[in-house]
Amino acid sequence: MSDAVLRQPIRRQKEEGLKGIRDIGLDDAALHAFLSETWKTPKGFSGWLTTVDHKLIGRRYIVTAFLFLILAGLSALVMRFQLASPESGRIGPDLYNQLFTMHGTTMMFLFAVPVMEAFAVYLVPLMIGTRNVAFPRLNAFSYWVYLGGGLMIWIAFACNTGADAGWFDYVPLGGPEYGIGKRSDFWAQMVTFTEVSALAVAVEIIATVFKQRAPGMTLDRIPLYVWAVLVTSFLILFAMPAVMVSSTMLILDRLVGTHFFNQAEGGDPLLWQHLFWFFGHPEVYIIFIPATGFVSSILPTFTRRPVFGYLAIVLSLISIGFLSFGLWVHHMFATGLPQLGSSFFTASSMMIAIPSGIQIFCWIATLWGGRPIFATPLLFVLGFIFTFVIGGLTGVMVASVPLDLQVHDTYFVVAHFHYVLVGGAVFPLIGAVYYWFPKITGRMMSERLGRWSFWLIVIGFNATFFPMHILGLQGMPRRVYTYPLESGWGGMNLFVSLSALVLLAGFAVFFLNVLASLRNGRIAGDNPWNASTLEWATTSPPQPYNFARLPAVTHGEPLWAEGDTLPAIEGLRVDAREVIAGTVADATPQIREPSADNSIWPLLAALAVGATFLASIFTPWAVVWGAIPVAITLIGWFWPKGTPEDEE
Amino acid sequence: MKHRIIADVSHLPTYDFGSGSPMWWGTLSFMTLEGMGFVLAIGSYFYLAYLAPGWPIAAPPPNLWPGTIVLGLLLASVIPNHMASTWARNQDLPKVRLGMVIMSIAGILPLIVRGFEFPGLQLSWDENAYGSILWFLLGLHTVHLITDVGDTIVLTVLMFTRHAHSGKRFSDVSDNAFYWDFVVFSWAVLYLVIYWFPRL
Repeated sequence: MSDAVLRQPIRRQKEEGLKGIRDIGLDDAALHAFLSETWKTPKGFSGWLTTVDHKLIGRRYIVTAFLFLILAGLSALVMRFQLASPESGRIGPDLYNQLFTMHGTTMMFLFAVPVMEAFAVYLVPLMIGTRNVAFPRLNAFSYWVYLGGGLMIWIAFACNTGADAGWFDYVPLGGPEYGIGKRSDFWAQMVTFTEVSALAVAVEIIATVFKQRAPGMTLDRIPLYVWAVLVTSFLILFAMPAVMVSSTMLILDRLVGTHFFNQAEGGDPLLWQHLFWFFGHPEVYIIFIPATGFVSSILPTFTRRPVFGYLAIVLSLISIGFLSFGLWVHHMFATGLPQLGSSFFTASSMMIAIPSGIQIFCWIATLWGGRPIFATPLLFVLGFIFTFVIGGLTGVMVASVPLDLQVHDTYFVVAHFHYVLVGGAVFPLIGAVYYWFPKITGRMMSERLGRWSFWLIVIGFNATFFPMHILGLQGMPRRVYTYPLESGWGGMNLFVSLSALVLLAGFAVFFLNVLASLRNGRIAGDNPWNASTLEWATTSPPQPYNFARLPAVTHGEPLWAEGDTLPAIEGLRVDAREVIAGTVADATPQIREPSADNSIWPLLAALAVGATFLASIFTPWAVVWGAIPVAITLIGWFWPKGTPEDEE
Repeated sequence: MKHRIIADVSHLPTYDFGSGSPMWWGTLSFMTLEGMGFVLAIGSYFYLAYLAPGWPIAAPPPNLWPGTIVLGLLLASVIPNHMASTWARNQDLPKVRLGMVIMSIAGILPLIVRGFEFPGLQLSWDENAYGSILWFLLGLHTVHLITDVGDTIVLTVLMFTRHAHSGKRFSDVSDNAFYWDFVVFSWAVLYLVIYWFPRL
């Protein structure tokens, strides 16, 4: 790198009095050499533990979340094995309780929310044209905390201490009186782990999207996916404290004898339900809104036109965000709340169908006005629209109090929420994996296997869950480990269990496709789908520094508008990690913001925090003693290390 | 992908204060989520009070003095807090050092009085739901107080080392002052709930 070509621009920079080495006048090879060195993750195990690269963290977040999906899916299969015939004794009631609790808990807390955050962590910096998230070490910390929480609850399950009071752990069932042993405590602390991690990601995504967008990426040029995760992050900010407050109260009731939920001493079990669902309903949208972002990204690419109704979609996302906080009581219609209050929640539950409907009409209009290419990502989007509409319709049905009271706690509700969550979130997610796999790995997934997985998953899913509507209407309750022969539900349950195997086959093909394509997939190139957003303007997989020169944006669909030559900015250091921070509305550059280097401290802090949470299941003093290592690791984290980034 | 250079940012600064800095937005986000925690905890307090036949349950209202002294100390600390913030914006290191020492003391004092507040509640957390939620509210605020005082002390020490000669540190001091305002404001609200609502 020390040839004459390089010396000249650097000498000129020194003459100008610029600190450090800048990218001005450097050719591509020199830029690559400098930036690779500055932004690299060290090789080997230590690099693995210390990296703050959002792509590496995002990737491991995605893989971990899918491993939890497999665990949760397998627990569902064991339940279907039990329910395949009436009065079956293959699984006892105690294990069955643990299985449905672990299934729901894992799907919601350890798969659905983290996987959506994982994609945001990976994609947002690339889509807005920056080099890392706003707080890279917080990002690393959040992953380790999440991993700790997930491992903790599954190891507890392996030791026959699996949570067993449902994914919402209703008191008094989960409280000190009936929730014996430590099962509920592990559940409550797992919630603390995953919420700390989700809140950390939400904060960093908000700061990243607000401040680090490429110059010129005004609010109306932000990719819709980024809008979706921004709204989601605000939902997390306002919703997740509710479950942290309630799970802390629960663990205090269980550990030190407080009476928050004890009616005999002035507490109230319904306080738990209010707090839980104040979080729990927005939670559904925390999962669903990013999925709509996937749809709004995939559709334009495969219809070869900008999405129809950009502004309407953004406003719909924001209104869904607001309305999602006015729905929680519809989970509590059967608790005997005043009718006037219930009517309000019925109205708002129906109202949220309006912005959701607007989005769907915009997507249909995009398809209508475009030239659709039916590649696998688009197939999953179409599968999503079809399935989600069914789930939405049953949602409008159960929003009505009389109907809800009839089907409450029956399989009708199980069918409904699987249609909205699997149809509404998992289908777009799988579409997203097919869509961004080439960017993340540099290789294409097989289209042939993609189609197989699509049809097996869509048919398997509908055959598994549609009959549950009928079972529910016939009166089959949720969360029963078996049912009598005379009920007449045996035939349909057998059909459901067999269909679950088709769904399993679909996922097996999908995972096989992922593994095979990692090794043998066709080389993707930078922009295999000819898409329009910035993540496709860099190599696949992207370099550690994301972009050799930070892009500037003059259009909502930058790659379609600019052709082969992208506007860019120069003047950043290449010998220290720097990104551009700009104004919130117009993304006008304000500062060259130093970006944190790799560090072991986030892992150490996560270990200290994790050990404190874990020990506090057994003694309240853990919080006091645990504060010492937590403080030490946090000071170690924040104390400047004398790197160029620290000294600016 | 080829590039067309349209702007040069080499002369931009590497730090800013307030909303110019991403860290300020991070701090604001944390304040929002913690504020939401306070709101929900206060909501739970009123929910339990609404259900109870009488409030407070089986206890006199909390002793007013320790909480009022904490409020007085916290409100008084707002003045040196804002002076420290202004000095940080002016990047006046000797004054910032003085301001941070004052703020460390201004943080420790209410923590000492806080030690008298818990017994002043006049009932234990495990006596009834009123005791539980009272200890919860006070505990939640105490955690905030301890964390921010700890943060202030570490930052104070940092400002006496060679690392202080960096614009970023001044920005950190200003964000720290921003967060302290939140701790003070949240106590003003909690004080009314804990001490005055039972006296209404």
